[in-house]
Amino acid sequence: MSRPAHRRPEYHKINKDLFVLTYGALVAQLCKDYEKDEDVNKYLDTMGYGIGTRLIEDFLARSCVRRCHSYSEIADIIAQVAFKMYLGITPSVTCNNASRNEFSLILDKNPLAEFVEELPAGRSSLCYSNLLCGIIRGALEMVHLAADVTFLKDRLKGDSVTEIGITFLKKLDEKKYRRKK
Amino acid sequence: MADAALFEFLHTEMVAELWAHDPDPSPGGQKTSLSVLKGMGFRVGQALGERLPRETLAFREELDILKFLCKDLWVAVFQKQMDSLRTNHQGTYVLQDNSFPLLVRMASGLQYLEEAPKFLAFTCGLLRGTLSTLGIKSLVTASVAALPACKFQVVIQKA
Repeated sequence: MSRPAHRRPEYHKINKDLFVLTYGALVAQLCKDYEKDEDVNKYLDTMGYGIGTRLIEDFLARSCVRRCHSYSEIADIIAQVAFKMYLGITPSVTCNNASRNEFSLILDKNPLAEFVEELPAGRSSLCYSNLLCGIIRGALEMVHLAADVTFLKDRLKGDSVTEIGITFLKKLDEKKYRRKK
Repeated sequence: MADAALFEFLHTEMVAELWAHDPDPSPGGQKTSLSVLKGMGFRVGQALGERLPRETLAFREELDILKFLCKDLWVAVFQKQMDSLRTNHQGTYVLQDNSFPLLVRMASGLQYLEEAPKFLAFTCGLLRGTLSTLGIKSLVTASVAALPACKFQVVIQKA
């Protein structure tokens, strides 16, 4: 047992699948516990929020992102750094309004739904990946940014893409809001 | 790729939420939450078992399978090997992890000893599920003497 096993490529896949499969088991369990889609969605969002409030520390420690000066920069970091780091994908970012506080993250591929072909029967309003919205919301709140985060479109519901909408609610504090580690 | 951290965060949240939303604090209620976590772990373990490289499925002996769990599966899932494996050669195996990643964040020593079983239930199910895919029926339980070390006991069920 003392010989170290090197990390074969297939183990990396097992590790990635572990999260996706566990998430699937969680959603299945919540569908058993709650009849209404809205309740499952809300629960996933709440759990995501709890995760996000802790994930932000992990993210900041690993990524060394610089201080942001605009919501647009933040949206870019979420898409290009955070999503890439944790889920291995880079959603594209679009800005949806002139005041530049509403953004969309467009996911070509949704790793959370990798093993899901379609929503379960009778669950047409289920936001399968709602955990992601909660995570983003919780993480942003820990850096003093209030935001509404919801799924605007979902491939699992028959839309052409999967799209997460982020609406920043408060003005970004000009003063330094992140303490240096 | 999904970070190991993401799974750990999800697992912690699941333990917290599945516990919180169970309104029955009696031992009976606690057992339900534990069995829900074990059930989820079982499903995931089965699915993981199906994704293992083909050559791992051609095991000669039961002991080889347990060694595989301790080395390859544990490394794939927890980025480390199991620290020791003991057996009575009669179908009972004790797998010891001196620094179990899902307990490491919590505390060291005897604090939170009562909470520890909640953090082991999913993994017990996972082991049982993977064994099931490899053709072995088993009962898996876990015990903690002092965090973050824990032992998983696997008892093979003969048909």
